[in-house]
Amino acid sequence: MFLKDYISDVYNGVTSLLKGMRKTGYYFTHSKEIITEQYPDNRATLKLADRFKGEVVMPHDQNNEHTCTGCTACELACPNGTIKIITKFDITPEGKKKKAIDAFIYRLEMCTLCNLCIVACPSDAIIMAPNFEHSVFDRSKLTKVLNKPGSKIKEGIE
Amino acid sequence: MYNQTEIIKDTTNLGPDGELVVNMGPQHPATHGVLHLVVTLNGETIKKIEPHLGYIHRSIEKMCESLTYRQFIYVTSRMDYLSSHINNTACALLVEKGMQIEVPERAKVVRTILNELTRIASHELWIGAMAMDLGAFTPFFYAFREREMITDIMEDTCGARLTMNYIVPGGLMYDIHPDFQTKVKAFVKQFKEKVTEYEDLVTGNVIFQSRTQGVGTLSYEDAISYGCTGPVARASGVSCDMRKIAPYDAYDRVEFDEVIETAGDSFARYIVRVKEMNQSIRIIEQLIDNIPEGDFVGKTKNVLKLAKGEFYQRVETARGELGVYIVSEGATTPYRIKFRSPGFSNLSVLDHIAKGSKIGDLMATMGTLDLVIPDIDR
Amino acid sequence: MLSLESITKTIQDWLFAKFTPQIALTIECVIVILLCITLFAVLGLVLVLLERKVAARIQIRLGPNRVGPGGIFQTAADTLKLIMKEGLTPDAADKFLFNLAPFVVMMVAMLLLAPIAFAKNFQIWDINIGVLYVSSISSLSVIGILMAGWASNNKYSLLGAMRSGAQIVSYELSAGFAVLTIVVLTGSLQISEIVASQENGWWLFKGHIPVIIAFVLYIIAVTAETNRAPFDLAEAESELTAGFHTEYSGMKFALFFLAEYINIFIVCAIGATLFLGGWMPLHIGHWKDFNHIMDYIPSSVWFMGKTFFLIFLIMWFRWTFPRLRVDQLLNLEWKYLLPISLFNLLLVTVIAIMGWHF
Repeated sequence: MFLKDYISDVYNGVTSLLKGMRKTGYYFTHSKEIITEQYPDNRATLKLADRFKGEVVMPHDQNNEHTCTGCTACELACPNGTIKIITKFDITPEGKKKKAIDAFIYRLEMCTLCNLCIVACPSDAIIMAPNFEHSVFDRSKLTKVLNKPGSKIKEGIE
Repeated sequence: MYNQTEIIKDTTNLGPDGELVVNMGPQHPATHGVLHLVVTLNGETIKKIEPHLGYIHRSIEKMCESLTYRQFIYVTSRMDYLSSHINNTACALLVEKGMQIEVPERAKVVRTILNELTRIASHELWIGAMAMDLGAFTPFFYAFREREMITDIMEDTCGARLTMNYIVPGGLMYDIHPDFQTKVKAFVKQFKEKVTEYEDLVTGNVIFQSRTQGVGTLSYEDAISYGCTGPVARASGVSCDMRKIAPYDAYDRVEFDEVIETAGDSFARYIVRVKEMNQSIRIIEQLIDNIPEGDFVGKTKNVLKLAKGEFYQRVETARGELGVYIVSEGATTPYRIKFRSPGFSNLSVLDHIAKGSKIGDLMATMGTLDLVIPDIDR
Repeated sequence: MLSLESITKTIQDWLFAKFTPQIALTIECVIVILLCITLFAVLGLVLVLLERKVAARIQIRLGPNRVGPGGIFQTAADTLKLIMKEGLTPDAADKFLFNLAPFVVMMVAMLLLAPIAFAKNFQIWDINIGVLYVSSISSLSVIGILMAGWASNNKYSLLGAMRSGAQIVSYELSAGFAVLTIVVLTGSLQISEIVASQENGWWLFKGHIPVIIAFVLYIIAVTAETNRAPFDLAEAESELTAGFHTEYSGMKFALFFLAEYINIFIVCAIGATLFLGGWMPLHIGHWKDFNHIMDYIPSSVWFMGKTFFLIFLIMWFRWTFPRLRVDQLLNLEWKYLLPISLFNLLLVTVIAIMGWHF
């Protein structure tokens, strides 16, 4: 039956369209379904995952001490040459020479945040921090020295 | 030297038989990236499609040759960025195979769950982008709402949302997040509720069906001869699921169906992907409560060295079969590496199946081939 | 009671008392032109904002909310941006036609405002062939679109313009037939008489099922005529980037954009007039008290309310459905809409002759 097919065609088409409209109509009338996050406004309450890989940082304790021995394991593990460690020799009170870092240079602009340096570090001196607002006006500002000025290595870390 | 007007005159020239030659891309709303299609048109009908590649070629294969076996995995996330976990898994599996590293059960199961989550996320993005290609904007946002839950799970556990680099040779980089299981279960619950929305908005829609049914039909023989894999080939009736043919990780102990359609048109490709999402949910449901306790990474040497020889590993990404081929000279870096990416072979059928259809059909065909351009160009 | 009717009457009386009839008429014309342009600007801003808000709500987003409270000045800011942008003319374009096209499209939209009754006795020109005037003028907008597509010297523009031409010419038919059903029932082409005929109930309610079918057909046809999704093939952005206005920028693009929204307003206003009684309040047969209460709501509010309801309906379509293909679009018109509307017109004629309608 040609006419019957024709009419059922029209009927099925219209019902399928109405079904879709019911769905979008539901969302139009239910404002609680809105999932937009008001990003710059909700910065105070913004909660990032604690493991979020934003940038590499070197934690310092209250005595301005870190745990980096300057072993360059992270430098070797890095696929992009992001990390450059410049070492120096400290003279310990006993008069011995001891290797320490002079500058832990980290180039955020080259970093792919692959986490390999963190895994490679034997003394957990560096960690990933959940910072993501990295935009700066000058690219040179992305080259960071991670050890704070005047910081030294924690006692007992070899 | 020629002046500007001459260049313009040159580009507005018609084809040899007076056809209209239109450059779609590299900047075009439907190509989802920098794919450049030179389309020869006769009115609205397509006579020829010539894909021009290379706009996003980063020579990943060459780059990998200078990176060690631990380092080169992260680069593969940048190939098919929508299934980065699966790419990483392929590389890790290859290194494990080459060095006979024992992978703990826990790592295997978690990898499988993450791979399936990645597959769902990829298909979710595809379903939205596909509907958008056909002019329906709204499903995109609904699909992204569910995808957002997956990226949140990834962010919790892996620390990143797209390029995770969580899988290392021997297992996982670190243990899963304590909330992992509850969050995945919450996702599974929401997904099952919301998947009907796609039925209402997209699958059942008469306009969508008429736009995709019988459009871009790929026959069984052509799917094989063009080397198509993944949902594209399965929609043409080719059984090519690597998870069934060559099971890796925990796929040998889960029950799931390989989704096969026989129509071979755009609608079949669409249906295959939607059903595949449901199969992925089935796999996740079987595994999520049975993550074994134990180590998350096996014992590996500090410096990884593959023995001299050739190694090949294939996995099923969201787009099809990804093959990793390494020639090793016994050093810490691969001597030669080659990725067999699914997108490249799937793109090659575009000219064949879109010829003779309308421009609107090209969007449906290209959309259902699910092209990710960095995967094609590498 | 303060109404638009009394305001216009006061102004007219004052003008004719003060000046000679010729000057008074000229001043009235100037006032009408200014009012039209203001209405255009305001409608453009409101409708674009409405569209964005509706889209956002449907897509579980918030929509524009930065400029002004709730983002109400967003479109004003956008307009400012578009005014300040350079209106680029491509080197290889036909410069005269290229720059003329947006104004043609705009002018057509402006001409269509003339016979619309915004409120009781508030109408620019109550022409006795009002409905005919509307359907003839509205088909002129295709000329502007074809002009834009051809003059751009861009392949996407050309394809978009050709699609648009085919589309508008064919959908004009079923829109015309839908309008004719009401003309048959009313027996007049004049807008004021069509509105007056709905005093005891809107045609949608008292015309039985055929009028409801005609209403649905009208909505579908005008959605296609105004190049709105799911019939936005002329500017299908995933296929032809932006269709016929690919090469336009700045204010010339804004004119196209504005004309699209004004056209939506006009077709919805016509639809409201024909099927939903225009400015006529909701009257039900002989319920005197009910009708009296309804009369307290100003007629302009009734008109705008109905028009915006139809506009919302068309926006709802846009954000739900995928786009049709060009051949399916023409199939839909010639295989489904046209036969149905022809049959429907026959039914309505029978109803009108037998006097079966209420």
